[in-house]
Amino acid sequence: MKSKHLIGLETTPKDDISEFIDTGFLFREILERPIKRVPSLTGKNIVNLFFENSTRTKISFELAEKRLSADITNFSSSSSSVKKGESLKDTIQNIHAMKIDCVVMRHPVPGSAIQLTNYVDSVIVNAGDGTHEHPTQALLDMMSLKEHFGNIKGLKIGIVGDILHSRVALSNIFGLVKLGAKVKVCGPPHLIQKGIEELNVGVEYNVDNLIEWADAINILRIQRERMGVGIIPSVREYRRFFGITTERMKNHKKEIVVMHPGPINRGVEIDSSIADSNQAIILNQVLNGVAVRMSVLYLLLGNNDLK
Amino acid sequence: MKKNLLLNTEKIDSIIKRLACEIIENNISLEKTCLIGIKSRGDLIAKRICEKIFEINGYEIEFGHIDVTFYRDDFLSNLGSHKIGPSRVNVDISKYNVILVDDVLFTGRTIKAALDEIFSFGRPLSVQLAVLVDRGNRQLPIKANYIGKNIPSSKTDQVHVYVKNYDGKDEVCIVECEK
Repeated sequence: MKSKHLIGLETTPKDDISEFIDTGFLFREILERPIKRVPSLTGKNIVNLFFENSTRTKISFELAEKRLSADITNFSSSSSSVKKGESLKDTIQNIHAMKIDCVVMRHPVPGSAIQLTNYVDSVIVNAGDGTHEHPTQALLDMMSLKEHFGNIKGLKIGIVGDILHSRVALSNIFGLVKLGAKVKVCGPPHLIQKGIEELNVGVEYNVDNLIEWADAINILRIQRERMGVGIIPSVREYRRFFGITTERMKNHKKEIVVMHPGPINRGVEIDSSIADSNQAIILNQVLNGVAVRMSVLYLLLGNNDLK
Repeated sequence: MKKNLLLNTEKIDSIIKRLACEIIENNISLEKTCLIGIKSRGDLIAKRICEKIFEINGYEIEFGHIDVTFYRDDFLSNLGSHKIGPSRVNVDISKYNVILVDDVLFTGRTIKAALDEIFSFGRPLSVQLAVLVDRGNRQLPIKANYIGKNIPSSKTDQVHVYVKNYDGKDEVCIVECEK
């Protein structure tokens, strides 16, 4: 393992990405046991710093930490001194002075995770930094693909939605391309970055063409807070052109795998009948999320190659 | 460095046969007994004992294997020392007498980790321990029920076990290292 931190998949070597995923499967097996806990990280202190709202990522990290027997402390910005104007640097240095081994952080500012590595020597795990990256989400998506298809190399993956503002999309692109998958993004033209082709991904504006091409599609959440502010005119329009609807899927003869990082807007980017169908592996993604986060924490906190 | 061959293929074969006989003798209800090998190599030895038991009395005993890496107390210094493998225990362990199988019994720490891991699958009726080689130098109060061979050794010696379907040969040797 060459990585000391997990900031983003752009900077994580391919071998490390594979090791995170493969070790994830070992933890997945542990999650099926009556007692879903191993003592590996006994005595390690982990702080979860969440400067932004989160349900599943936070719960998933917490469960992963508890199942590795680590000691954890939770922090959310709404009830902290950040409200009094304390800077990120001061907050983290104070927390670090209390002797911690690892910080899991979600922050609305892109680049905040890498910034953190300049302040402290603890292991930093990025749980989403603004519109930059969300590496553990991409790892769990890739683990779910590997579980379903057996291999990632050569797979054709479509990513649909607001690519421009999505950290999930970016991390998935970096990870999937490194592991040899073919990736196409699809969404309204003004929600796809100019020059995204430089990351070795294709761009498709017609979601039907994408479905015909892909083995699996990852459907991003359409952030309702962006509706009607000039970014997306209306829910109905988005659904008509890019929604994965029951009618649309009926028109395609093939059955492709459907993924969604959650939270789902049913009836907007995906219809309930598709989200609850057998071709959706959404709940599997959630379970793999705990396993892959256990794998990340285990491998980073026990990384001997660097000492 | 001096290398001494302690066991060859024939001796290992006869030891496995003896261990199988002892296990049959001590476990009247084989249908309630399962063998769990500790990776790596303990699982292969366990499998061979299972085959031997089948040969002797025609009963196909339940068999599983575990990798105890996540349960080790020295995981921080040992991580990366070998590739971690999956664990597989297919039976409801609370209805079985478990016999753990390992290649070498040394400090006892692997067995402690294995005991911890076994209990994460449920509460077994009992746990016994079978080893191919007991080389002494225990650091924990652990004792094997079935011992293939006792090999007195010093702490600095290295005992190497090779198993046919993993290493291509059956062999146990001891390497005496200079202190």
